[in-house]
Amino acid sequence: MLEVQGLTKSYPAAGREPLTVLKAVDFTLAPGDSLAIIGPSGSGKTTLLGLCAGLDRPSSGTVSIAGISIGTLTEDGRAAVRNAHVGFVFQNFQLIPTLTALENVMVPLELRGDGGPAREAEAQALLERVGLGARSGHYPIQLSGGEQQRVALARAFINQPKILFCDEPTGNLDGETAHKIIDLIFGLNREKGTTLVLVTHDAELAARCARTLRLKNGSVVPEAAPAA
Amino acid sequence: MNSSPAPARPRSLRFILSMAWRDSRASRRRLLLFSLSIVLGVAALVAIGSVGDNLRSAIDQEARGLLGADLEVSSRSALTPEANTFLQSLGGTATTEFTFPSMIVFPTAGSQTRLVTLRGMEPAYPFYGKFLTDPPQAASQISAGEPVVVLEATLLTQFGLKPGDPVKLGTGTFKIAGGLLKIPGDSTGLTAMSPRVILPMAQLESAGLTGKGSLVRHRSFFKFPDGFDTDARVRELKENFRDLKLNTDTVAERKKGLGKAVESVDSFLSLVGFIALFLGAIGVASAMHVYVRQKLITVAVLRCLGASAWQGFAVYLIQGLGIGLAGAALGTALGVALQQTLPLIAKPWLPFEVDFAISWPQVLQGFASGVIICVLFTLLPLLAVRRVTPLSALRSSLGEGAGRPDPLRWFIWLAIGIAVTAFAIQQTPRWQVGVGFVTALLLAFGILTTLAALTAWAARKFFPARAPYVWRQGVANLHRPQNRTVLLLLSLGLGTFLITTMALTRATLLAQISGTGSGDRPNLLFFDVQNDQITALETLLQQQNTPLLVKAPIVTMKLSSYKNRPIADVAKDKDLAIPRWTLQREYRCSFRSTLTATEKLTAGTFTGKVDPAAEVIPISMEQGLAKDMQLGLGDALEFDVQGVPLKATITSLREVDWRRMEPNFFILFPEGVLESAPNFYVAATRATTSADSARIQQAVVTALPNVSAIDLGLVLETLDQIFSRIQLVVQLMALFTVFTGIIVLAGAVMGGRYQRLRETVLLRTLGASRRQLVQIQLIEYAILGLLGATVGCALAIAANLALARWVFKTPAILEPATLLLATIAVTAITLVTGWLANRSITDHPPLEILREET
Repeated sequence: MLEVQGLTKSYPAAGREPLTVLKAVDFTLAPGDSLAIIGPSGSGKTTLLGLCAGLDRPSSGTVSIAGISIGTLTEDGRAAVRNAHVGFVFQNFQLIPTLTALENVMVPLELRGDGGPAREAEAQALLERVGLGARSGHYPIQLSGGEQQRVALARAFINQPKILFCDEPTGNLDGETAHKIIDLIFGLNREKGTTLVLVTHDAELAARCARTLRLKNGSVVPEAAPAA
Repeated sequence: MNSSPAPARPRSLRFILSMAWRDSRASRRRLLLFSLSIVLGVAALVAIGSVGDNLRSAIDQEARGLLGADLEVSSRSALTPEANTFLQSLGGTATTEFTFPSMIVFPTAGSQTRLVTLRGMEPAYPFYGKFLTDPPQAASQISAGEPVVVLEATLLTQFGLKPGDPVKLGTGTFKIAGGLLKIPGDSTGLTAMSPRVILPMAQLESAGLTGKGSLVRHRSFFKFPDGFDTDARVRELKENFRDLKLNTDTVAERKKGLGKAVESVDSFLSLVGFIALFLGAIGVASAMHVYVRQKLITVAVLRCLGASAWQGFAVYLIQGLGIGLAGAALGTALGVALQQTLPLIAKPWLPFEVDFAISWPQVLQGFASGVIICVLFTLLPLLAVRRVTPLSALRSSLGEGAGRPDPLRWFIWLAIGIAVTAFAIQQTPRWQVGVGFVTALLLAFGILTTLAALTAWAARKFFPARAPYVWRQGVANLHRPQNRTVLLLLSLGLGTFLITTMALTRATLLAQISGTGSGDRPNLLFFDVQNDQITALETLLQQQNTPLLVKAPIVTMKLSSYKNRPIADVAKDKDLAIPRWTLQREYRCSFRSTLTATEKLTAGTFTGKVDPAAEVIPISMEQGLAKDMQLGLGDALEFDVQGVPLKATITSLREVDWRRMEPNFFILFPEGVLESAPNFYVAATRATTSADSARIQQAVVTALPNVSAIDLGLVLETLDQIFSRIQLVVQLMALFTVFTGIIVLAGAVMGGRYQRLRETVLLRTLGASRRQLVQIQLIEYAILGLLGATVGCALAIAANLALARWVFKTPAILEPATLLLATIAVTAITLVTGWLANRSITDHPPLEILREET
């Protein structure tokens, strides 16, 4: 489902050697897999997530989502891939402040010209699934942080993505709310058969993933063999 | 690795429209505020354009009314049968008239005599316009062919005549039917030279007045059906009957004359519309710039969710279009309302009837101009949306894409340049003026941008590091990343520049108008003053306490050779293309030793005196005539001064202000040669009241019966009224630009509120007092306001000098008070608006504001 080979990202530095923030990362994920990317601040986690999701271009290496090599695509081509196959959950929720909860959830569908009452009912059902059926007409400012993140989750699943990227999904939430969100993410993940890639500092959250990828200074740190 | 193509995704217009609408929810009031910037510009365009259309159709009507027909053909001799046949073949309705000078005798006024211009009229004339008399039935008596005359109203006053009194013309005696108030078919100049007397054509023969030979002017008036190409037939007529020396006058020629009279004012009003809209567009662009910056994260999120760069861009383009449509619609409505109220102000003062109707082409044009200019200017800040990287949803600090040059930006600049130039050319009477104006704007743009960059650089480089914190922070705002120095200096500087240019140009134009229309100019002109009567007139006027202000001797002459070629040859020479009238007219020349206030030497040296024995006389020619006749300094001419040949050479050229109603001359001779030629004088004085004027006229006519007097008081009074009205309209229109400027300034400063919000809240959280926050803002705004205003004023001075010199052709007026006021006002408005815009931020708890602004 996600194939990453020799992924490297460098930034040119005036008068100095280019600054390499990600060095030759390789991994492959099968449908339904879950991967936690962990590591200290500045280790390249968010950069890796962005590259995997086609939000940025690598300096070298390839990324393939659902069999589509996104390195050769134009910016708009990558956007189309995201719309068709990818879901996102951000640390700071990133709901569009001028849209209601329901409208926020509908955006990915409407982008592909697939709105309409039937799909609206799906969006409403998803909101009910995350416990916000009664809040569909509310604007982000009228929702708490946890509620906003649940709307973001509903939005992430509305286009039935093959792969879901989460960037510190619980980073801005208290412990109890964070638990609920994690349960939802993994519940939906299992339900929909979605591949999951998440960036986190939270060891408990990482432990719930099938695989872990630890980064340090832009390189993958080999995992120690589990104790027998 | 298998590599399949990216899934196709339809570009959903529906999504774009609904997203644009939904996204605007929280900002509709703000977007409406942006659109206000162009409201006044569009309103000014619609109102000026519509009133202009109304005036043009009124002038069309009036031009017909002045001529009384569609075409006048006149000649010194009777038309040949061929010419008559041609004229009859044109179709339409025709009427003829004889006009000639004649003596009139007033038996009831001691049998005094007077030289008048007699017009023998057929009943059909005039086809257009009104023949008005006092009493009104006098006109119908003339049309009915009764043995009556209508006299110029001033004659009745001068000679104490009343309807029913007899007058003698030739061998006939006629009754006075009434006084003449208005009749088409005469130019003001002709009327001024001798008073008119109208009598029926049928009565001319009974009075034995038709055998006047060459003095009779044969005039034929024609009325054609609508759509008839008069001008084409006139050309044909002139080609075919060259030898007849036919003069023609058409409605188009009359219109041209009327149009020229208002050219300066028209240019000015057009510039008002242009400036107001341009300023408004800058306002929209700077407001959108700030607005778009706040939307970058939303765009990034949309991009993450799969929106293409085009879709993200289109969402905000639709909003920009919405701003343009709303502003243009509001502006159009305001413009139409303004145009509807104008009749209330202007009608009583306009010299002719104007029908104030909505001009739909102008309404449409104003609306379209507003939308197009607004959208084009909105595109510039919107381009940033295309380059938002989806990665900035993860890291908001990334903002727009990397700073690669955007080729589309140059394309939009080009489109703006073309649109603005086309618009300016369309709004101004000559394309050179439009291009000049755009160049000036471009120059101002360049200067202000450079100045802004220099200011930011100087603030970073030279501001003392030990200065108090609020000063350092205020000045640092000028050069820190994402500063608004360039944007604000451009808005403030350009706004000040345009508004001050408007104010200075207004002062220049008003000075020109008041110099022309009123003051201590002569208002009582005396014609036909003979050589031996001028001293008597001077003494008489002295006794009446109205000294002679102007005394111009006039000698009539004709051209006999042009650059040593007989004039008849030159007239036949088609290659030369010299207007025939300039070669064949009777020149009324004067001689004197100095130039008057209405003249300015533009080339050569003016010779005021010459030896009477000189063989070749140095003369001065009016520059327009010299250009028409293709003459320059050193060219030779020969005149026939009533039988005596006189050789002359052009030694100077003059610019003459013909608008002043004083005796002015195409050709001016030096003293020393023409004194002995048969001459007469035109003299002028100034009467302070109309009673004075009547008293002086009576005294002059009694003492010097052959002298005619023309009271310009009434003419000047009418002109003064028109000019006062124009002043009011000019001031009203200038206010449109001033208010637009204020809206734009306010918008530019208000934009800062959103940019500075987080920083202010942070400072507040760190313990900054309200006073400190206000001081920081005020220091920044004061520097920007003062700098923008000063440079704007300097640019305005340069623009006013250029406009006065090349467009309005009048001395520039520099009003220091206006400049000072502009500087103080712009700085104050910047400070007050800045303070008001930020007050709510500094007055409330930081957290509350943060939640509001999410």
